[in-house]
Amino acid sequence: MLPNGEHSVKVVSLVSIGRHPQSGRSRRAEQDGRAVELGLKLAGDNLTVVHAGDSQEPVLRQYAGMGLNALTVLSQEADGDALPLMYDFLSQSDANVLLMGIRAESGESSGMLPYLLAEKLGWPLLSRVADIVHINQREAEVLLALPRGQRRSVTVSLPFVATIDNAAIEARQTAFGPGLRAKINLIENQKITDDTATAWQISPAKPRPKRMKVVKAKNAADRFKAATAKPAGGGGKIMKNETPAEKAQAIFDLLLEEKVIR
Amino acid sequence: MILDWLLPTLIAVLLVLAGIGAVRRANLWRAGQAEKVDVIAGLMAMPKRYLHDLHHVVERDKYMSRTHVATGGGFVLAMALVVLVHLFGIESKILAWMLLGALTMMFCGALFVFKRRINPPSRLSKGPWMRLPKNLLVFSITFFVLTLPAAGVLPESFTLGAMGNWILTIVLSVLVLLSLSEMLFGMTWGGPMKHAFAGALHLAFHRRPERFGGGRSTGLKAVELASDSNSMTFGKIHGVAKPSDFKWNQLLGFDACVQCGRCEAVCPAFAAGQPLNPKKLIQDMVVGFAGGTDEKYAGSPYPNKEVGKAKGGVDQIITEGLISSETLWSCTTCRACVEECPMMIEHVDAIVDMRRFLTLEKGETPNKGAQVLENIIATDNPNGHSPASRTHWAADQNLKVMKDVKQVDVLFWVSDGAFDMRSQRILRSFVKLLKAANVDVAILGDEELDSGDVARRLGDDATFQSLAKRNLAVLSQYQFNKIVTTDPHAFHCLKNEYGGFGSDALKGVDVLHHTTFLNQLIKEGRLELDAFASNGGKVTYHDPCYLGRYNGEYEAPRELLASLGIKIAEMERSGYRSRCCGGGGGAPITDIPGERRIADMRMEDVTSTGADMVAVGCQQCTAMLEGVVEPRPVIRDIAEILAGQIREPKEGERV
Repeated sequence: MLPNGEHSVKVVSLVSIGRHPQSGRSRRAEQDGRAVELGLKLAGDNLTVVHAGDSQEPVLRQYAGMGLNALTVLSQEADGDALPLMYDFLSQSDANVLLMGIRAESGESSGMLPYLLAEKLGWPLLSRVADIVHINQREAEVLLALPRGQRRSVTVSLPFVATIDNAAIEARQTAFGPGLRAKINLIENQKITDDTATAWQISPAKPRPKRMKVVKAKNAADRFKAATAKPAGGGGKIMKNETPAEKAQAIFDLLLEEKVIR
Repeated sequence: MILDWLLPTLIAVLLVLAGIGAVRRANLWRAGQAEKVDVIAGLMAMPKRYLHDLHHVVERDKYMSRTHVATGGGFVLAMALVVLVHLFGIESKILAWMLLGALTMMFCGALFVFKRRINPPSRLSKGPWMRLPKNLLVFSITFFVLTLPAAGVLPESFTLGAMGNWILTIVLSVLVLLSLSEMLFGMTWGGPMKHAFAGALHLAFHRRPERFGGGRSTGLKAVELASDSNSMTFGKIHGVAKPSDFKWNQLLGFDACVQCGRCEAVCPAFAAGQPLNPKKLIQDMVVGFAGGTDEKYAGSPYPNKEVGKAKGGVDQIITEGLISSETLWSCTTCRACVEECPMMIEHVDAIVDMRRFLTLEKGETPNKGAQVLENIIATDNPNGHSPASRTHWAADQNLKVMKDVKQVDVLFWVSDGAFDMRSQRILRSFVKLLKAANVDVAILGDEELDSGDVARRLGDDATFQSLAKRNLAVLSQYQFNKIVTTDPHAFHCLKNEYGGFGSDALKGVDVLHHTTFLNQLIKEGRLELDAFASNGGKVTYHDPCYLGRYNGEYEAPRELLASLGIKIAEMERSGYRSRCCGGGGGAPITDIPGERRIADMRMEDVTSTGADMVAVGCQQCTAMLEGVVEPRPVIRDIAEILAGQIREPKEGERV
């Protein structure tokens, strides 16, 4: 099932410093942890795990405690831009599978990094991956996570970028001892400040008022149906056999209709 | 007579063999890690430890204690005299008569050992243990006969004719060889008598010498963390992976086991059909450091596990072939086995040592373990609640917070019960009592963290130590005379496990369980309570392990209940023999399947007293016992019972 030539596929998982939703404390990020877990499944000991930031950050030891021998840190200040560092590192490496979370739990948390990185590298991007079922030197069979437990199977040619959904297998327990012993390979970089970001003013977000939840279901069967049924909105349509021009037109029409473009 | 030279030769040869065996055995123990012991003081203290502390435990079974005194005492005395009389040939009628006396005593004891082995209870190991009483009898009878001439009862020239002499000589020689092999050779080469040799040394070099002389030593020993790159342990693994990772005197302790199975009889996990049997565990440890398999083990197995498959070696990973990790995670750390062990073996220490390897090195804490540990690391409480919501339970309690007052008489350590709605009822009841007694009390509020109990029992000593240090740092900022908690687990940590972190935050501070403190208040007359009207119903009391066995507090809860006029209908297993509720040691988190639930068994103990209420002193016990399906007796914390009986001051009395 897994790569026949073990070292043929070179997998890199990118990790960030997470933030616990209750305590606000640094932690192993939920999705990044899953990216490492999936990476370990695909590449085992040959997995490369990369972080851009402070090499002294204790949370890195939590990632390392998943059984990594080493961890690569691209040194960067808190106000730095991770994108150019990651691009430089990846373009010089022979990586052909790049895994990461959908968005960071701290910092800008815009979820743009995978897209910008994929664009710069010129690799296809698969978002919200639940599992990589099969991989060889040329292509991979990937399960994408759709709402309500549905999956879509796609085949993608290497190299590619994948963001890992919460539906992917949970990150294994981190062990203190191996985390402590893992080597941290520090790669010093020129300081690249994210000038746009430093000019921003940051203030805590106000919680949005929540829409009151009116439970219409009278019995358990209705509640179950409401929780599991496919969304009733019939707005979408699946286009498989149309020409690319027709597909593009449909998207364009939708964007106009939704007033995304005017 | 041939015996004149054969007997001393046999004795001498077997003594030499025993000596060789002793050195070999000691070398097996030396495979363990270094641990400093006071050799001279230990050896000097050994007889007293045997006669007083060990015997105190054995004494709980009067039949066995008397039997053992007669057999063991008789043998030691007899063996010493045998050496004098038969090896060195000292001709003294007094010595010979003393020897006859010692042998008679041993014979009487051995008869009772024999009697017990006719229909032995299931907790006793069979196999070679079944032949021991026979050899004890043979030893005493043979040497009795051999000593008769020396005592002058039979003339030296007593003859039965040439033929008879030959037969007698051969028979006696065989019997001497048989019994001496068991008693001397077997003692150091792994026979049943090994317990005497290893046991004596174990008493001398015990890892917790504080336990002797009526002391108590229950706090787990800290792991030296390898996080400091300057430390000697840098790069080493944490916890016990292989038998050689134990301290040498722990290995010695395992060897002291007499396989009496008292631990097995009291172990709640064994009774629940979970794959743990403390006796088998200790025997597996012996297999581990001596090498080989458990084929020769002749006692009860781990429930539903076959005997004979386990293989071990001194440098082999224990959980890979010797014992399954499920066995380790079944333990509730209730310490019933340790309390009951006549050889004072420390089962719980060994189990937690091995758990530390599984958690800190392998990251294999089963079931909810990983999640709970992650929560504790990220939020300082096991369920991942917001640390800022720790004081929500006290929103209407008008309690002072340490951060504001800095100084107080009594600091109330709330513990993680703060997040649990059932436990909050206990907390509120306790606050009500404190207020009724006008106690100067404050809480730490959101500055309090989990005590680290669960993390430590789950093997994550790194997290325990981090919590302990941070809690101590908070405590050291404030002044208080007493620290009181309703949670025996936090109580145990604060009292017994927070030492040795270089903080004197708790120096000179009384650490008390709420029952102890409330009892003091009542005795001082600061709290006045009405008698409890039980309406004819019976009340029983469940001793929490971490209050009773861990901290020796059996009396205060009983005195409190008595002060309300409650006569406790004691359960058969109460006090130091109390059965665990199943909630300790992270057992509800690791949740190893068995045939029954421990809490159900404990509730059966409760109902068999006819009680319709069970008083407890622990939120964990409350949760476990209330988890038993109804109909069942109601469960109340002692604080809740007391809070219902506070005497309201009458109008005229108000000052």
